[in-house]
Amino acid sequence: MTILARPRSRGLRGNEGPYGWLFTLPAILILGIFLVIPILLAIWVSFSNWNGLGPPVGGQADFVGTANYAEVLIQPGLARRDFGIAIRNNLYYVLLVVPIQTAVALFLAVQVNRRVLAARGFFRTAFYFPSVTSSVAITVVFLYLFSASGVVNGVLNWIRIRGPNWFADPRGVFHIVLGWLGVEGVPSLLAGEGPLGVTWWEWVSGPSVAMTALIALAVFTTSGTFMLLFLAGLQAIGSDIEEAALVDGAGPVRKFFSITLPMLKPTLFTVLTLGLIATWQVFDQIYLTGGGSPAKTTLTPAFLAYSASFESLKWGGGAAISFILFGIIVVLTIFQRWVLRDREGGSRRGRRRRARTARAAAVTAVRPGGHDTGGGGPT
Amino acid sequence: MTTVTTRREAAPVMAVKTGRWRRLPPKVIAGRIGSYVMLIALATIYIFPFVVSIASSLKTNAEATQQPLRLVPETLTFAAYERLFTDVPLLDWTFNSALVTVCVTLGRVFLGSLAGYALSRLQFRGRGVIFVGVIAVMAVPTVVLLIPRFLILYQLGIYDTYIGMIVPLLVDATTVFIMKNFFESIPDSVEEAARIDGAGVFRMFWSVVLPMARPALITVFILSFQGSWNEFAHFIVSRQDPDLHTLTTGVATLVSGQLGAGNQYPIQLAAAVLMTIPVAILFFIFQRHIMSTAEGAEKG
Repeated sequence: MTILARPRSRGLRGNEGPYGWLFTLPAILILGIFLVIPILLAIWVSFSNWNGLGPPVGGQADFVGTANYAEVLIQPGLARRDFGIAIRNNLYYVLLVVPIQTAVALFLAVQVNRRVLAARGFFRTAFYFPSVTSSVAITVVFLYLFSASGVVNGVLNWIRIRGPNWFADPRGVFHIVLGWLGVEGVPSLLAGEGPLGVTWWEWVSGPSVAMTALIALAVFTTSGTFMLLFLAGLQAIGSDIEEAALVDGAGPVRKFFSITLPMLKPTLFTVLTLGLIATWQVFDQIYLTGGGSPAKTTLTPAFLAYSASFESLKWGGGAAISFILFGIIVVLTIFQRWVLRDREGGSRRGRRRRARTARAAAVTAVRPGGHDTGGGGPT
Repeated sequence: MTTVTTRREAAPVMAVKTGRWRRLPPKVIAGRIGSYVMLIALATIYIFPFVVSIASSLKTNAEATQQPLRLVPETLTFAAYERLFTDVPLLDWTFNSALVTVCVTLGRVFLGSLAGYALSRLQFRGRGVIFVGVIAVMAVPTVVLLIPRFLILYQLGIYDTYIGMIVPLLVDATTVFIMKNFFESIPDSVEEAARIDGAGVFRMFWSVVLPMARPALITVFILSFQGSWNEFAHFIVSRQDPDLHTLTTGVATLVSGQLGAGNQYPIQLAAAVLMTIPVAILFFIFQRHIMSTAEGAEKG
């Protein structure tokens, strides 16, 4: 009877409309109030001179146009130089972390995927466990491991190498190598000022010794997560293809490069994209290791935005850096997708595989360095 | 590959292995032994930092600094752990972390499933727009939100409150996305019977479809628990009151504050060990689920 009582034209689903809105309303409200509106608010602040006193809107803050952006990008001065240094530091971090973590994750996945391997579960657990720990706990551990008389230097001592005081050493790795090669001081060729008020010599410094410890930390905590993504991709390849290759007499190395790797391409794209997005956001570890110390060589744009706002009370400048960082991430992601675009012309199968990998990625919700990337989902 | 399948395979593999290993050419056997050695070495590298941390948290300050590699402390002491409960308000931090984690996990699981259900199984005007919005929100890097989040909490007057710490984390676009995807894989027919019986929309969601979404709910539960327990950056920008320290921000003060000075490693490591226990328990309970999640998603 109840069925007949409903308006026939709208059928069984007739009364769903209000429920649809009702069910999504909490999510819309919370995402709207704490994500969309705040971004609009921050856009306003990035064009204002708000100093942290009174409310950002409706208070004493005045519109200053693009002054905050100009101070960071164009005007010579400390703000621009700090930003340049932060970009340099993060650039080396990205250039080293992304390839290393991808290669390590892929290597681990191939190793633990072998059918004949005993205790696979144990190995997977061992490699994945660092990924579930918090960035704070793992950074504390690494500060200890890499301390002057710490575990790493203790191990190096076995092979008669005197390790540096990692987290206090601001020397650039490339500078150190150049020093070994006999380059003393700053070569006149590189003494000139490069982009963002940072000299060319500083641009080619390489990551500082302190930064290499943070790079090791990033690889340690994220390779397990990405290993799971690669494992998912490997499972999808299935054993029949691999066995066929073995029957055809392909060796393990040949099999890896001509069968496994090409078939893992969608997963590889996902891992590279997620890695690229996450490595530009490194914040927790920088905060915990002293806010960019030693000598600002671990300063990153994400931390600089925070310290400009919360410590120097230059909220406009801090917000401007946030949006520039947002822009960098978007542009690089698009650029990378264009470089790695599917050369098979986007076959339906490839697209479907990619959709599946994306879902796996969303489910695994990669947290590089223990930090929720949020933006890691549908790539 | 889940443990289930491993176990199922285990018997035949073992049986075959002894036979197969004997028949294999020595070169292959050598290769296999080599790869085991390598894997064990790698696993040692991954596990060692945790073992060293536990060991050194039980040492004196001097020994932790001078003998970092010693796995059995010369003088075993729980002083670092005792100090965590006397010199440092670790219990208050734990309470705050637990409160935030419970609220955020419940919120994300419930509100995420509600929205995911509506977006996948209810037909209403504006559904497409909302979904595009959710996807757009997912693309915003979290770290870019730090200053905006502070601004809104400040403007609304809920900076330095539990509300400001919890509510912004209650909904996560990734959760909505995962739940929507899972609900879509459940066939329409399961609702039809209930619909003919005259079940309301909420009852259909709550008692018919939601129980079928167990795997996705577990995934979302794990992600939310781990995410909120480990959350750091949001609590840096949403509060400054020491009474509102969570474990993450509190332990951070051990590193950067006066206790970070000198060589007080044991207390820091003890705190790191204790704060890892809940996620470690979660990890080992749901290990099978976590390890197969990525693969399940790939196949599904």
